[in-house]
Amino acid sequence: MSNAIEVRGLRKSYRSGKSVLSAVRGIDLEVRTGEIFALLGPNGAGKTSTIEILEGYRSRDGGELTVLGEDPATTNLPVWRNRVGIVLQSTKDGADLSVAEILTHFAQYYSNPRDVNEVIASVGLEEKRNARGEHLSGGQRRRLDVALGIIGNPELLFLDEPTTGFDPEARRSFWELIRTLRSEGRTILMSTHYLDEAEALADRVAVMNNGVIIDCAPPEQLGGRDREKVNVRWREDGALHQELTDMPTDFLRKLAARIPGEIAELSINRPSLEEIYLQMIGGTNE
Amino acid sequence: MSKQPGVLAIGIARGILEIKQFMRQRESVVFTLLFPILLLLIFGAVFKDEIAPDVTFSQYFVAGMIASGLVNTGFQQLAITIPMERDDGTLKRLRGTPAPTASYFIGKIILVFVSMIVQVALLLAFGVALYGINLPSTPERWLTFIWVMLLGIASSTILGIAFSVVPKSGRGASAVVSPIVIILQFFSGVFFVFTQLPTWMQNFAALFPLKWLTQGMRSVFLPDSFATQEVAQSWEHGKTAIILTAWLVAGFFIALKTFRWERS
Repeated sequence: MSNAIEVRGLRKSYRSGKSVLSAVRGIDLEVRTGEIFALLGPNGAGKTSTIEILEGYRSRDGGELTVLGEDPATTNLPVWRNRVGIVLQSTKDGADLSVAEILTHFAQYYSNPRDVNEVIASVGLEEKRNARGEHLSGGQRRRLDVALGIIGNPELLFLDEPTTGFDPEARRSFWELIRTLRSEGRTILMSTHYLDEAEALADRVAVMNNGVIIDCAPPEQLGGRDREKVNVRWREDGALHQELTDMPTDFLRKLAARIPGEIAELSINRPSLEEIYLQMIGGTNE
Repeated sequence: MSKQPGVLAIGIARGILEIKQFMRQRESVVFTLLFPILLLLIFGAVFKDEIAPDVTFSQYFVAGMIASGLVNTGFQQLAITIPMERDDGTLKRLRGTPAPTASYFIGKIILVFVSMIVQVALLLAFGVALYGINLPSTPERWLTFIWVMLLGIASSTILGIAFSVVPKSGRGASAVVSPIVIILQFFSGVFFVFTQLPTWMQNFAALFPLKWLTQGMRSVFLPDSFATQEVAQSWEHGKTAIILTAWLVAGFFIALKTFRWERS
C-alpha cells in the first residue's frame, strides 16, 4: 500500500453538558509513505483531535481510516504501536531520569529498537546524555521527546507542534533532524502553527479550520498561490512603484528595456504562505 | 525483526525504573521508610503497659504498623502518585508505546513489593533492638506472614491503581486519599486495641482490607492466647484470605475498566 494514512469522512464531536462541539466535521486525508505532511490551522481547528484519533488515543464518531494499513480503533494496539512513533505536545515526565536512562528504558518496549547512543547523537544530545530531564532546556526537552518517538525505529512518526517555544537557531537545526528522518524513509505527520516551518519541511500541507480541511497541496501551490498575481516593486525617478501582474517575466522585460542599467530596489514576490494562509482562514471563519 | 517483548518483561523493566525513580525522590524515601519507625518510637514512648499477659503495646503496634504500611505504601502512595503521572504526561506517553497496560500495573506491584520489604525489615530491626519485639517463632507463623504480606501488597497496589481515577489532579490527590487512610487506620485497630473500639466502628472496618491485614499480622506477632481476645475469638485466617482476595479481584477488574491515561 502506497499511503501511510488514509482517512475518509472522519468525524468527531465532544459533548459538554447539553451543547455538542463538532471538532472534526468529515475530513478526507491521504499521507503518502515517505513524505512529510503538515497539518496547519489555528487553535481549535481540530488538528489535535484528528492527530489523536490517528494515533489511537481517541475514538471517532464516524468515517473510515487506516494508519499503516490498520484501523487504530480495532487493531491490536501494542503490536501496531511497535511501528509508530508519537511525539506529544509539551511533556514534563521523567524529570528524575537521565536522557540515556529514559531512552534505554523505552528501547525495551520495542521488537527492533534503534541504538540508544545513535539516537542520542541524531537528536544532538550527546553532551546531555547524563543530564536529568529536569535540567534540560525547552529545546533539549523537545529533542528528547523526538528521541523517544524514534527509539522504536518507527515507520510513521507523529509530531504535534514540535518546535513551539524554540529560538530560531534551535528550530533550524531541528528541521535538519526532521529532514534526516525523512531521508531514512520514515513517514512524518506533523502539526504546526508556524508557516515557515511547514514551507521549509513539508512535501504537502493541509489547512484545517473549523473542523474541515480547506485545502491540501504542496506549500508552493497552497490556496492557488502559484497562480496568484505577482507583486513587482522597483524605484524609478526617485519614487517607489509597484505592479500586480499575471505575467511577471513579460513585465520585467518591458521594465528592463525602459530603464537603463540596474533597476533600483527591484523585488518580485509571490504572496507569502502566510498571506495565503490568513486569507484562507479569514475566508472561512464564521 | 525479532519478537516483541512480553507483558512480564516490560513489567519487570518498569519495576526497575519505578524503583530507580522512587530512590531519587528523597522525601518520599524518608517518609515511606522512616515514618513507621517514627510512629513506633512515639507510641512506644507513650504506651508502656502490657495489653495482655506477655503482650506489650509495642508488640501489638508492630502488627498494626506493618498492616498500615501495606496500605500507605500501596494504596495511598499510588492513589496520589498516579494522578501526578497523569498530569505530567508519563501515562499519556506510555499509552503511545507498545507497553501493555498490565505491564504498568506489574511495575507498580514490584515497586510496592520492594519498598515494603525494606520498610518491614527496618521496622522489625528497630523494634527488636529498642523494644524487644518478638519475631514470629514458628515456620507456620512465617508462612502466615508471607501470604498476608503478598496478598496485602497485591490488593493494596491494585486498589491504589483503581482509586487513582478519583482525584481530579495530582495536586489535590493527597487531600482526597489521606483522610480515607487515616480514618481506616483508626477504625481498623492500628493505633488502638481493636476490641476496645465501639462495635459500629468494628463492623464498618470489617468491610475493608486494613482490618483483616492488621488481624492477620497480629496472628503472626501475638501469642495464640491473644486470639481469644479477638472479636471472633479466633484469627479467622480463612475469612481474611477470602476478603482480601475478593478486594484484589474486584480492584483488578475495576482498575482495568476505569483506568484513565489522561486528565479529562
